[in-house]
Parts: sequence; structure tokens; C-alpha cells
Amino acid sequence: MTMTMNKPIEAVNDFVVKFANVNGSGSASANELFAKSILRMGVPVSPRNIFPSNIQGLPTWYEVRVTEAGHLGRRGGVDLMVAMNPQTWVADLKEIEPGGYLFYDNSKPIPASRFRDDIHVIGVPLTEICNAAYTDPRQRQLFKNIVYVGALSVLLDMECAVIEKLIAEQYKSKPKLLDSNVQALHMGREYVQKHLSHPIGLRVQRADKVGNRIFMEGNNAAALGAVYGGATVCAWYPITPSSSCAEAFQSYCMKYRVDAETGKNMYAIVQAEDEIASIGMVVGAGWNGARAFTTTSGPGISLMTEFIGLAYMAEIPVTIINVQRGGPSTGMPTRTQQADILSCAYASHGDTKHVLLFPEDPKECFEHAAAALDLADRLQTPIFVMSDLDIGMNQRLCEPLQWDESRGFDRGKVMTAEELESGKEFGRYLDVDGDGIPYRTYPGTHPSKGSFFTRGTTKNAYAGYSEQGPDYLYNVHRLLKKFDSAKAMVPQPVVKKAKQTTQFAAIYFGSTSPAMAEAIEVLQGEHTHLDTLRLRAFPFPDSVAEFIAEHQTVFIVEQNRDAQIRSLLINEFGIDPAKLVPILHYDGTPITARFIGRAISTAINATNLATPQTYKVATP
Amino acid sequence: MTYLAKPKLHHPSLTENKACHTRRDYEGRISTLCAGCGHDSISAAIIQACWEMDVEPHRVAKLSGIGCSSKTPDYFLGNSHGFNTVHGRMPSVLTGANLANRELLYLGVSGDGDSASIGIGQFVHVMRRGVNMVYIVENNGVYGLTKGQFSATADQGSTSKKGVVNADSPIDMVSLALQLGATFVARSFSGDKKQLVPLIKAAIAHKGAAFLDVISPCVAFNNHPGSTKSYDYVREHNEAVNRIDVIETKQEIVVDFAEGEVVEVEQHDGSVLRLRKLKVDYDATNRISAMNYVQQHHAKGEVVTGLLYVDNEAGDMHEHINTTETAFNKLTSKQLCPGASVLDKINASLR
Repeated sequence: MTMTMNKPIEAVNDFVVKFANVNGSGSASANELFAKSILRMGVPVSPRNIFPSNIQGLPTWYEVRVTEAGHLGRRGGVDLMVAMNPQTWVADLKEIEPGGYLFYDNSKPIPASRFRDDIHVIGVPLTEICNAAYTDPRQRQLFKNIVYVGALSVLLDMECAVIEKLIAEQYKSKPKLLDSNVQALHMGREYVQKHLSHPIGLRVQRADKVGNRIFMEGNNAAALGAVYGGATVCAWYPITPSSSCAEAFQSYCMKYRVDAETGKNMYAIVQAEDEIASIGMVVGAGWNGARAFTTTSGPGISLMTEFIGLAYMAEIPVTIINVQRGGPSTGMPTRTQQADILSCAYASHGDTKHVLLFPEDPKECFEHAAAALDLADRLQTPIFVMSDLDIGMNQRLCEPLQWDESRGFDRGKVMTAEELESGKEFGRYLDVDGDGIPYRTYPGTHPSKGSFFTRGTTKNAYAGYSEQGPDYLYNVHRLLKKFDSAKAMVPQPVVKKAKQTTQFAAIYFGSTSPAMAEAIEVLQGEHTHLDTLRLRAFPFPDSVAEFIAEHQTVFIVEQNRDAQIRSLLINEFGIDPAKLVPILHYDGTPITARFIGRAISTAINATNLATPQTYKVATP
Repeated sequence: MTYLAKPKLHHPSLTENKACHTRRDYEGRISTLCAGCGHDSISAAIIQACWEMDVEPHRVAKLSGIGCSSKTPDYFLGNSHGFNTVHGRMPSVLTGANLANRELLYLGVSGDGDSASIGIGQFVHVMRRGVNMVYIVENNGVYGLTKGQFSATADQGSTSKKGVVNADSPIDMVSLALQLGATFVARSFSGDKKQLVPLIKAAIAHKGAAFLDVISPCVAFNNHPGSTKSYDYVREHNEAVNRIDVIETKQEIVVDFAEGEVVEVEQHDGSVLRLRKLKVDYDATNRISAMNYVQQHHAKGEVVTGLLYVDNEAGDMHEHINTTETAFNKLTSKQLCPGASVLDKINASLR
């Protein structure tokens, strides 16, 4: 280790390790092994993939926040950089905190000028070790990753048995691979034990802070929610970052949805020709009484908007899982944002409003996906699950998934053949219960009653074509009433009061959750107290307006440029914009507690809060 | 004027079919199309075919896109559920509907603008997937509802009512369907009910993607000299390759043509298509020769009609993806939800 001016960072169970790799080099599984090993030692971790829109050869990063305190948001800053990619060497080195550590492959000499003198450099000849051990070039490459995990495990004082057990679980059915992986792990361990001082200032120490929590990707969880919620039709078109959701649905269905007796599938998955066809199929299936959903991201939503308008107007259940990425246009396909709020809330031409759900983590992805299928049937309208790349494509520690066995599917207002036969009045677009929601029938129900013509044009309450103003007004006002009824059905906001009375509050939603919780803790330490409200759905229940009214200043924390939730709040509630201060983070990386904390304290310390200012992410 | 109910006068002498329905039960609202529109003849042919096939009207789902042709599902099968979707996107809605309930008969009605222009992508893929359906394109080569613009099926060199010459080469829906793997491909003419009704019946009997291109002249905008989709042009250039009868179960053939001229094709449902050859060299069970024949005759300005191709052993989308026989919309939460104990196991695997 090089002697430096800066005192080496000392931290137990509270630091950030970042792996800089080349994509397609097989680093992903080794990095995941590293993160999961720490988790198995009872220490929470929060890993994040920062990857390119590419298959092989471009830079990719994997950042692991080790956090006994359970702060699962991105922290910002790096304590230990595992620099495996020469292309990004300079930028990667810059990111290391003073006193931090650089781990690199020193098989080939690197000039001293390429290092920093305020960090601690740890060289391990990974290439040399692998070249000596393997002849096959692919093996040399792949095992290099496991060798560095082995080296790091000694440097960070991780338990070897835990890693070995994980490898054993992973290669349960492939004993050959198991042995060679364990061997590679030990090559790394032995080198460090023999040649380097260990452990370094950063250490992992067994703790008991994980409990029975699970480690899961949001896309996986949303797919499982769709299985539990009874979706039988999934029509989708590949798009990052949502593809893995449809693919997870497929693998869960292959496991849990094949009729044991007949071997036949109780599901259908269609990879459609585009997003327009995907949503079209979902509309067709929903119209015909099957639970159906699609998974997509921003550009897909743009393509789907005409159908979304049809489903709104013709009142057809549709579930859309939107895993948001950076927009507009192709934007940042592999980076995260919450920037489709307005385009989804008001999707399609004419006066439209749609129900949005905002899951905060994989557990809520599961719950909201299942809830969306119920809500779609109950409200007979499109329901959006507004996930994002940060939740969708990263493994996140969350509470275990739960399912209430007594819960059936809410199929909403569907008139049966018996009801029709008994002479019950059927008007497809007739509001009989005062909640704005009409009854529908499934095609093929009754030989002479209950059939109707579905269309996107104006109609009367009995589904007859009409160009009459009163018929139009009856219909669109009923749709508005229905939207109002939705307020009580959607997941309600979560309010957390500060320890003392305060005039300040913050509203946030979705993947901002863990960073927000940490920021509130930090601010509290600085004697700044904020009440918080986490939005879980649109339409906003009236309690949101009441919460805003109770405070002098409300910070609206979002991951987009234009403060879209703020616009929605102003538009829907008619709130004085000066009251709502936007805190915006939108460079494509997940929002951090540091960013939120600094932005809020800067804003509070600013002399005149009455003038709305925007607090944005600083240019890097 | 479709909000006006059509008077239901049940004449006692109207005969009932095996489903205990009279022809009246297959009718819809009063058509709002122009007098003499080919589309109304197709609606009448659909009514007759369904009645003759003893189809239960409420077991039909009729779907369409946008345009004159797409308005027609309102004018037949009034007891069926109908869906007037968005322009060019009926195929995806029909696909989803079919996935949700495989027990209904799916009838897709579209036009040449709807299927060959804006919706050609969806047309292509619905054929590839082998969705079990009857897909009718009411083909008039023109945008009627927006008053006379060319569609993508208009022949190169044909003229519009205003005298504009169409410069683009046409899309031949039949050739396209053949190439895409449709397992039943036919072309007919709205003015030839004798040919059209049996073809619709045969398409209903077919299990798989059945496509019918029906030339249907637009009396308002495309029935003038210079049009190749006018009544006169199609009558003069119609080259029927065969005539068919659909027989519900295999019966002894009462031969009224010379031997060698009749081919029988048994369908999945046990019904038999009896093909009477009008062109000796035409083989309706050979996709490649069908494609050749259609192309060669199109080059001569002829409109080849009849049953152009049928694969009587075709499967449909549900077979391809191995779905359960039960309609998805009848599956219960017990069948679909794996339950709490499975979830506990999944949780355990994620630690």
C-alpha cells in the first residue's frame, strides 16, 4: 500500500464499493456474489447496476453500498474502487473519496502519474494469476472476476464460508463449475493473505440487520404480482428497462401456471410486433374478460397513447407496467428517471385522466401489479404501475412478499347471463350505482341480451352511437365521477410526522423512498424537521391537499427536470405554486440522500422561500 | 342514423335454422353506407353464411378498425358483441380477444386503407400468428369516408374520380397473406354472392387464419372508368379459379361435373369443402403455385378469385402456444393464483 497524506478511511459495515468493468466480461455474477455474501453476513447492502445500452465492450459499473444502518438509497461517493476497466480509469479514480482505496490489476505496470496520492492503492496481479492457472482465454477472463472477489473478501475481512456456500447454491447442479469457482476464489484469497496487509480500513463484520427481508428486482416482483393477480395474457415488446419483467412473467408462468393434468398453459405471452400491438392485444383480452397486462417504458407509452385513449373512452380494463427510464425520445435507455408522470397521467388526445400507482420497492411492485389488475377490472380503465429502472433492474432489500389467502380477484361490475335473464336492466354506459362505474358483459354471455357495440366514438348510455351533446356530456362527466371514485380505491399516501411540529414538509414517491428516508434522518440531525408524505397513487386523495394546507412550504422531490408531480398537484388541486418547492434530480443516476439533504437545507436557508426556486442536480 | 332501431318484424313464415334462428336474427342495424355500396352486399353475405352455418349469433365477436368497411359490423349480427377499435389496429385487438376466449367465432372486418396502409404491420403479424379467425378486407382501393383518396391497393396507373393517376405500385393483400402463412386465402367480389357466401362459410369452418379479400366497389368515389376496382372492371376481368360448396358432414357427392374436376377438402370441424375446378391447372392446396398463379394473372390485369389456398391441417395460435382448452376468462383465482405457501418458498429463495 502506498503511503499517503490522507488517513485511510476506516469504516465497519458502512462504505461504498464500486466495480468498474467492461460489459460482457462476466463480471455481473461475480459482483452479485460479492454483494450477496455481505448480505448473508447479516449486513444490508444496496447494489446498483450502472450499465450501457450495449452487449459487449462498453463500460459498466456495479456499485454496492454496504450499510448496517439499512440506508438503501444511493449514497454518492466511493470508498473502494475496483478498477477493472482501463477505458474509464481516469474518471473512476476521480470518484474515490480522499483516503479511499483503489483496487486494480497490477499485472502490467501503470505509470505513477496515473494514480492519485491521496488514496490507497492495492494492486493484485489478477491477469498473471489467471494466465498461470488457465489456458482457455475465456476462462482466464471469467475467473479473473472470481479471483478479485476472493482478494476483496480477505481485504474486507469477509467470511469465506459464506461465499463458498453461495457458490455451492449457485452451481448446485454443475459440480465441475462449483469446484473451479471455489478454486478461483481461493487463488485470490491466498494472494492477499501472502502478499498484502489485510484487512484494510473498510471491514464487513457479521451483524443481524437483514432479518427476514428478501433481495429482489422490482421487475421480477411486478411479474410475480401479475401471476398472483391472475393475469393470463401478457403482450409486450422488448424495451429496456422493462423486458426482464415480461421475461420473469414467462418463467414464473412456466413454473406455476401449467395445468398439471393436461400440461396445457393457463397463460399466453405474446411478444408483439411493437408496443401498439402489445397494448391492442391487452385491450382485446381485457374487453373479452381476461386479465391482461403489458410491460413497457417511455417510448412504448408514446406509441400506446391512441389505444390508451380508446381504453379510457370505451372503458376497458388495461394494466400497464411502465418501468421508466431517462427521456425524452430514446433519452437514456439504461438510466433511471421518473419522467413519464404527465405523459401517463394525461395520455392520449382529448380530455383524459388515468390512474397511476407509484411503487417504492420490489414489495410494492408485487402489490401494485396485483392491485392494478383488480383496479383495472373495478374501474374499467387503464391502470399504470409507474416503476422505474432503479427499482426494476436492481436487487433491492425489502420486506418479504405477502399474500392474503382469502383475497379473491375483484372482477368488478360484470353482469351475468342469470342477471340478464332475470330482466335486470343493462346499459353498458349507464351509471346505476352513482359511482360512475357502469356494468359490462363479456362477449358471448347471453343469446339475446347484454350484447353491445364497443367504440371510441361518443355513445349513449346504452352503447348506441350518438353525436348528441347531452349524450357526450353524460358520458364524460360520468368518467370524471369514476375518476373521483378511484381516489378511495387506490393505495393511500403514507404520512410520517417529524418529531416536532414543523412548517416544512416534503412530498415524494416511488424509488426516491430510501434516499428520502435517509435525508430526513440527516436533516433531523441538523435540527431541520420535515413531515413527509409519500404518494402512492394518482388521482391524489383529498388527504394530500390537506397535508399541503397544513404546511407553509412543501418540497416536492422528484427525478425529472420539469417537476411533473408538482405540476399535477397544482393542476389537480389548484394549489398556490409558490408553496411547492421543487427538488429535482435527473441526471440519470438514482437520487441520493446527500443531494436531497443539501438541496432542502439550502432552500430552507435561502432568504426568500416565497419565490419558488428550483433545486436541481449540480453539473458533475 | 345508426341509433335508429331497425324494426323487427317477425314474419311467421321465416324459416328457422338448426340454431332455432331466422335470418332476421342475424341482421343488425340499418346501414348508413351509400346506396349500392359493395360493403352492404358483403354484410348480407355474412348474414347468409352465418345463418346457413347455424352459427349462434351471440357466440360471434365481430371486430373492425376505422373506415366505411369498419362501420359495417354494426349492420349485421346485432346480438353479437362488436368492437370498432382504432384505425389499422383491429388485428391486435382481435388477437387479444381470441387469447382471452378461444370458444367464440372471431370475425375481423377491415378495409384496404385500414389493413393495407395504416394497419399493414398488424395485418402481417396476425396472419403469421395463425389467429383462428375470419379476416375480411372489403377492398375498394379508395378512402371512402374521407372522400376519395387512393389506398395502397389501388393499381398503378388507375385514376381517381378527380382524374389523378396513382403512381405507386399496389399491395396485393392475397399475395401478402399467402406469403405470410395464412392457412386459408380467398378472393371474391361483392357483386358475386354465389361465390362469396360459400367462401365465407368455408372460412368459418377453417381453423386458423382465414383471409378473404373481397373486391367491393365504392359507388361514390371509385366506380368510374379508369378505376380497376369498379363493378364494370371487376366483372370484365374476374378470373374465378373454382367454385366451392361447404357441406357440413361428409355426404355422398351428387356429381354434376365431370370426374377430375371436383376436389374435396375435409376441415377440422368435419365439414367438407367441395371445390369445383374452373381452371384445370389450379391447385388450391399448393401455396407456392397459388402465389405464382395470382401474380401471373395480376400482371395480365386479371382479378383471380375463388379459394386460392387452403391448408386443412392448419393449427391455430392456441395450438402453437399450447394454451388450455378452457377460456381464460373462465379460469378462477384458485387456478391462477399460486397462493401464500408458494410465496413463502419464493421468499425463502430470495435471501
